[in-house]
Amino acid sequence: MRADLQVIEPWIAPGSQVLDLGCGDGTLLAHLQQTKQVLGYGLEIGAEQITKCIEKGVNVIEQDLDSKGLSNFADQQFDTVIMTQALQAVRRPDVMLDEMLRLGRQGIVTFPNFGHWRCRHYLLWKGKMPMSKSLPHTWYNTPNIHLCTFKDFEVLCRQKNIKILNRTVVNAQFEQHRFALMWPNLLAEFAVYRIAHA
Amino acid sequence: MPKSLPADSVGVVQPQRMHFSAPLPLVCGKTLDQYDLVYETYGKLNADASNAILICHALSGDHHAAGYHSMEDTKPGWWDACIGPGKPIDTDAFFVVSLNNLGGCNGSTGPNQINPETGELYGPDFPIVTVKDWVNSQARLADCLGISQWAAVVGGSLGGMQALRWSLDYPERLRHAVVIASTPKLTAQNIAFNEIARKAITSDPDFHGGHYYRHNTVPAKGLMLARMIGHITYLSDQSMDGKFGRDLKATEFNFGFDVEFEVESYLNYQGKRFSKAFDANTYLLMTRALDYFDPAADFGGSLEQALQHAQCGFFVASFSSDWRFSPARSELLVESLVKAGKRVSYVEIEAPHGHDAFLIPTPRYMDVFSAYMQGVAREVNSAC
Repeated sequence: MRADLQVIEPWIAPGSQVLDLGCGDGTLLAHLQQTKQVLGYGLEIGAEQITKCIEKGVNVIEQDLDSKGLSNFADQQFDTVIMTQALQAVRRPDVMLDEMLRLGRQGIVTFPNFGHWRCRHYLLWKGKMPMSKSLPHTWYNTPNIHLCTFKDFEVLCRQKNIKILNRTVVNAQFEQHRFALMWPNLLAEFAVYRIAHA
Repeated sequence: MPKSLPADSVGVVQPQRMHFSAPLPLVCGKTLDQYDLVYETYGKLNADASNAILICHALSGDHHAAGYHSMEDTKPGWWDACIGPGKPIDTDAFFVVSLNNLGGCNGSTGPNQINPETGELYGPDFPIVTVKDWVNSQARLADCLGISQWAAVVGGSLGGMQALRWSLDYPERLRHAVVIASTPKLTAQNIAFNEIARKAITSDPDFHGGHYYRHNTVPAKGLMLARMIGHITYLSDQSMDGKFGRDLKATEFNFGFDVEFEVESYLNYQGKRFSKAFDANTYLLMTRALDYFDPAADFGGSLEQALQHAQCGFFVASFSSDWRFSPARSELLVESLVKAGKRVSYVEIEAPHGHDAFLIPTPRYMDVFSAYMQGVAREVNSAC
């Protein structure tokens, strides 16, 4: 099982309604359908990913978050709105957070931590935009147009009066590590946040 | 003429006829006391009759959706691209039923058939039929074929409306509805185009109030015009430009009003061919069925409320260049389905062919349609 699924699964109530923004090949929703009997919908724009979702029996809707937004969904229509590894790729992450919590009672967000020591090290010593296994793109051709650190994200949540219910920090293999818990913004590569309106 | 049939063809097929003697009450208030439906089937019905797929045709379609009527046939059925062994609607897995709807002109009871009460052709006296009436008649056909629940009801355009109507009127009798290049209701522009088509037909001097059969004639010019205008709405600006551009029949202008551009020639040819093959009264009926379709109307205009009744899974597909039933029309349906908490997948296929794209086997369309139907087939097998 994919490690992030293990983190997310306990936060999903059985039989609840879940919206996954940028659902990829539908692995997460297929898993939640099986283990939690959720009514799930995924939003995706990749043609091959969409076909993979359909092959898995996952409800998938072809919709571009940036151009169309989420106005076609009703307030508090979902129990959980999930966005894994995509917040940094949307045009307005702040508006996206508002929308997630308009549609769902809780939101689950994962993103790569730009404050990780490797990124800092790369920038400090090479003087160039960091590239790594988890951030493999060049600065001029990358889907990740709004990279941020955990601290950045948490400041934004505070400003928006969004409550962080849980935060699980992990490394690239989605393993939790003792040191990462002590200095997450420096030592953890990814975080899984569970958020709700305060 | 195919010397041998393609391996992925359902082969040579024979239309069948079913007679119904129980009266069918229609939405318009009239009743059809008895009627016939002509249909074709492809593939084999399994032991528990759980692998049946109903194909619903669009405006000018009929029961001949796949295969050939003889080895001399030059063209296969209208949806041969999608129905056959290994195709999205895989006849190795499914038993496929395709019928000519009531009011049609290819064998089922309609304006060009004899009214048993008068012994004459129905002509304009054939009652106005709606999508709901068609679905009721299709349900009776299903009864006669021993199919209590369709694995899926599938249709494009007007056919998609029938699939949608099935999900509301007989929610327990289908497991999936496949709604392609369709819409939950026509727009004013759609109705306007239909009205021009009807006016073209009814203003033809050979129309005779719909009694043209009595005068041994057909309103060919009117029907031709109707088809020409319709045909433009099935294509896209891009596809027409790609196919014809501003090409001329001759090398230079003739400075007259005869056909000069290739696109004129094409439209005239298509219109003429259609006017020989199709019945004008049926064309009028089909366009009205389109106009009237609006399942939300019974629920105060709320499609979401209407869809509360549905129990099946939905697959909705639109095509980027379709301006007759644009992707936005399909998205309206999808939005309402999600709000109603129904299972739905939606794709917008990038295709240049306009509305006609639903008939054309573009790779992504075939891939994703196949993926959905394979899921339907797996469900059938796991239930056995």
